[in-house]
Amino acid sequence: MAIIKTEKLTYTYSQGTPFEKTAVNNVDLEIEEGELVGIIGHTGSGKSTLIQHLNGLIKPTSGRVIIDGTDIWGKDVKLRDIRFKVGLVFQYPEYQIFEETVYKDIAFGPKNMGLDEKEIDKRVRETAELVGISPELLNKSPFELSGGQKRRVAIAGVMAMRPKVLILDEPTAGLDPKGRETILGQIKRYHEETQSTVMLVSHSMEDVARFASRILVMNKGEVLCYDTPPAVFARADEISAVGLSVPQITKIFAILRSRGIDIRGDVYTVEFALKTISEYLESHGRGGIANA
Amino acid sequence: MDNIISAQNLMFYYSELSEDENGEANESGKVLVFDDLSLDIKKGSFTVILGHNGCGKSTFAKHTNAILLPCGGKMTAAGFDTADESRLFDIRKHIGMVFQNPDNQIVASVVEEDVAFALENMGVSPDEMRVRVDEALKAVGMYEYREHAPSQLSGGQKQRVAIAGIIAMQPDCIVLDEPTAMLDPAGRREVMKTIKRLNRENGVTIVLITHYMDEAAQADRVVVMDGGKIILDDTPSEVFSHVERLREVGLDVPQSTQLMYLLRENGRADADTHIISEEECADYLERLLRG
Repeated sequence: MAIIKTEKLTYTYSQGTPFEKTAVNNVDLEIEEGELVGIIGHTGSGKSTLIQHLNGLIKPTSGRVIIDGTDIWGKDVKLRDIRFKVGLVFQYPEYQIFEETVYKDIAFGPKNMGLDEKEIDKRVRETAELVGISPELLNKSPFELSGGQKRRVAIAGVMAMRPKVLILDEPTAGLDPKGRETILGQIKRYHEETQSTVMLVSHSMEDVARFASRILVMNKGEVLCYDTPPAVFARADEISAVGLSVPQITKIFAILRSRGIDIRGDVYTVEFALKTISEYLESHGRGGIANA
Repeated sequence: MDNIISAQNLMFYYSELSEDENGEANESGKVLVFDDLSLDIKKGSFTVILGHNGCGKSTFAKHTNAILLPCGGKMTAAGFDTADESRLFDIRKHIGMVFQNPDNQIVASVVEEDVAFALENMGVSPDEMRVRVDEALKAVGMYEYREHAPSQLSGGQKQRVAIAGIIAMQPDCIVLDEPTAMLDPAGRREVMKTIKRLNRENGVTIVLITHYMDEAAQADRVVVMDGGKIILDDTPSEVFSHVERLREVGLDVPQSTQLMYLLRENGRADADTHIISEEECADYLERLLRG
């Protein structure tokens, strides 16, 4: 069963004014439990508006949002329960930290859920460990930490609620390559350990290509495609045509194809490229590449 | 004067402050950022500085127009010693700076007024101001938006307005500290195009601090910093050929270079890790595949 389902979801900003703009248009989407979804799209493509629907932060102009089988705007549905189920981490979440200590900040969500002290303690420690925040930092003020650490504390605060769905809006924005790699690695580990559904918005096709099990490409308020990375990058032309960048390696293989070389076009990581080259050479009787 | 910026044996530390029992702030320790940094920037060049967070690149940038002053060594910018306080105005007129967050750099509620802000402070005449503001806005492709409110612009557009505000001062050099970090790919492209055009067509010296390797690949020169030291300083293709060294300091290389590196590691000795562009990489692969 799909954990997230939208039916003809439409959202129009400032309806009835000259500034009226449909940000999400008639979107039908089904996301299976346990996927790690990368969401790609321009600024203004509707991706942020879409994710804000998934935990009821905004109410659809029309259409339905069904989380774990429940229509979240149905009668007798408590949005509070939906928000424990779907955790949302905004862009630059480190600006939302407010507690006196790192421990209290991570504990804030679980406490609101009404968990007992023992369970809260367990979750705070486990989650801090997961995002690489060492125990001695727990009693420090979050404002003594570095930018990258603060961001990880903020993410841990949502992870500690163990939502069935964790959604992160550009968790790596503004970080250096090392910081990006660290956070993406931790999100992936969280996904593997909790077996939960994770969705992350990113501007980096390269990152999404490496980490996601499915990619959702948004364009002008509509879903351009929702598929596995190879299937999405096989449509590299379409993606480039709407102004999104595909990984450099995908572009290189597109150039080769345009020069008449019959090689696969769905290459999206460097390792995959090496393997593809090796296979091509072998199939043309010229010996592959070792270790590819 | 060949060098617009010249850093000689710069030393800089931040002071750590702690409160004593009376609530007075005291210097309790020093955090050394660099202790012997020398770097010259040639007039008219386009230099990228790379390095992970905390390597000292932003601290260096802030030395170029006297936001920070060296604790040791000498910093010369546009021919002036930055430690000479009487030259502060001159230095800032010649060396403009653009920061990461466009929202922190815009002061006025109309685009053209924002661009004119520095000119007003400089005492430029109204006629001259009109000419310079229009030219600056045209240079960044934002002239049509001159009467808009900055709050209605996208991140990339706001950053271009911030750059226009600097251009209007007609500086010889613009130092940009991660100007694209908060922008989406379209905004990044707009800003990079603007920077490159200013460098090529107007001869403005550019020092760009970035985390993006594709941006670095477009420069004349790439300087890599780690732990307050310069570890690589060369053309982009030469710098990126040091795949392992860059990885050690937590940096990426373009995917084309990465693929060349992997091919080389796996017995293809002719794969050249100086390759950084898509076309060059495709050329090599075409030869390899056609045999």
